[in-house]
Amino acid sequence: MTMSWTWLHKLGSPKWFYEISGRWLSWLAWAAALLIGIGIAWGLAFAPADYQQGNSFRIIYIHVPAAFLAQSIYVMLAVAGVVGLVWKMKLADVALQQAAPIGAWMCFVALLTGAIWGKPTWGAWWVWDARLTSMLILLFLYFGIIALGQAIGNRDSAAKACAVLAIVGVVNIPIIKYSVEWWNTLHQTATFKLTEKPAMPVEMWLPLLVLVIGFYCFFAVVLLLRMRLEVLKRESRSAWARTEVAALVERRS
Amino acid sequence: MSNVFLLLAMHEARLLCRRPAELANPLVFFAIVIALFPLAVGPETQLLQGISPGLLWVAALLAVLLSLDGLFRGDFEDGSLEQWIVSGYPLPLLVLAKVLAHWLFSGLALVLLAPLLGLMLGLPASALPVLVLSLMLGTPVLSLLGAVGAALTVGLKRGGLLLALLILPLYVPVLILGSGALQAALQGLPATGHLLWLASLAALAVTLAPFAIAAGLTIGVGE
Repeated sequence: MTMSWTWLHKLGSPKWFYEISGRWLSWLAWAAALLIGIGIAWGLAFAPADYQQGNSFRIIYIHVPAAFLAQSIYVMLAVAGVVGLVWKMKLADVALQQAAPIGAWMCFVALLTGAIWGKPTWGAWWVWDARLTSMLILLFLYFGIIALGQAIGNRDSAAKACAVLAIVGVVNIPIIKYSVEWWNTLHQTATFKLTEKPAMPVEMWLPLLVLVIGFYCFFAVVLLLRMRLEVLKRESRSAWARTEVAALVERRS
Repeated sequence: MSNVFLLLAMHEARLLCRRPAELANPLVFFAIVIALFPLAVGPETQLLQGISPGLLWVAALLAVLLSLDGLFRGDFEDGSLEQWIVSGYPLPLLVLAKVLAHWLFSGLALVLLAPLLGLMLGLPASALPVLVLSLMLGTPVLSLLGAVGAALTVGLKRGGLLLALLILPLYVPVLILGSGALQAALQGLPATGHLLWLASLAALAVTLAPFAIAAGLTIGVGE
C-alpha cells in the first residue's frame, strides 16, 4: 500500500523533477513546433474557406486552442492546489504559480482573437456574448490568483492561499458559466453562434485538432521551462542546483 | 457544540453593536451610490426604473464587499483567531457563526434599506417583495464568498483592493440571478425560478464556504 505512492513522492523531489523534465523538454518542444507548424500551414493555406464567413473564420485555428487551454489550465491550477494542500507537495505549488500567468495569456489571446473575429462577423469588436463574457470573467479569476500570489510575502503561505482560491474558483466556474449563458439567452435572442453552425467538415476540424494538441505541447514546454527556473531559484542553496547552474553558465560562455 | 456557535454569534453581535458607526458605513455607501446614478444618467423615471434592478444589485454587492474588508482583521491582530484554531472546536463552525452575526447586522440592514431606495428609483410597489426576497437570499452568499476573500487576505496590510479583485468575479452568478429576479418582477413575470436558484446558491455557500474560510484563516495565521 505504501509502495504504490513512492512515485508520487519521487515526483515531488525537485532534483528528480529537474532531471526528468530536462529529458522530456526537447521531445515536447519538437512535438509542439511540428504540430503547430503543420496545423497553422494546413489551417491557413489548405483548409477550405467557410461558405458564409469566407477566410475570416480561419482565426479559430488560434482562437479555439487558446480558449481550450485557458479553461483547462484553470482546472489544472485547482488540481495542483489539491495536490499541494493534501500531499504537501512543493512541486505542485510551483506548478500552480507558474501556470497561472500562462493561463491568463491564453485567456487574453482567446479574447483578442475573438474580438478580431467579431469585427467582420458581428460588426463590432465586442459583443456581450455568453462565451466572450465568461472568458472575460475567467481572465479576472486568473488576475485574482496572480495578484494574491504576489501580495503574500511568505512563499508557502502564498502557494496555499492560491490553492484555496483556485479550488473555490473551480467550484464556481460551472455556476458562472451557466448563469452567464442563461443571462445571455434572456437578453439577446438572435446572435450568431459557433455551435449553431452546420457541423464543420473534416478538412476544417482536423487541422484544428492538430493545433489543439500542439498548443497543449507548447503549454507543457513553457510550464516546464518556468518550473525548472523556479526550482533552481528555490533550491539555489543545495549542491545539485549549484552544479547545475555552474554547468549552465559554462555552456553559455 | 451548538452552544459555542451561539455564544460566539452573540459575542460578535455584541461587539458589532458597540461600534454602530462601522455598521452604518456600508448602508450610507449603498444609499450614496444609488443617489449618484440619477445624477449621472438623468432623472427620467422610465430610464431609472429600467436600470434600477441592476443598480440596486451592483450597489448592494459593493456595499457588502466594503463591509467585509476588515472582517477578520481585528481577530487576527489581537490573537483571537489563534485561540479559535487551538480551541479544538471545528473552525468552519466558528467562522460560520462570525459571518452569520456579521450578515445579521450588515446584510440584513441592507435588505431593509433597499425597498426605500427602490421606491426612490421608481420601482413599483409590486416589485418590492421580490427585491427584498432576492436580497435576503443573495446577501448571505455575498457575505460568505466575501469572507473567503477576507480570510485569504487577512495577514495583508492593504487587502481592500485585492479583496475586490479576488471576489467580484465570483459574485457574477448572484448578480445575474438577483437582478434577473427583479427584472422579471418588473415585467410582470414570475420570479420564482430566479429566487429558487438564489436559494440553492445560498444553501451551497452555507455548506461549502465555511471550509474555504477556515482554510484561508489557517494559512493566514500560520504565516
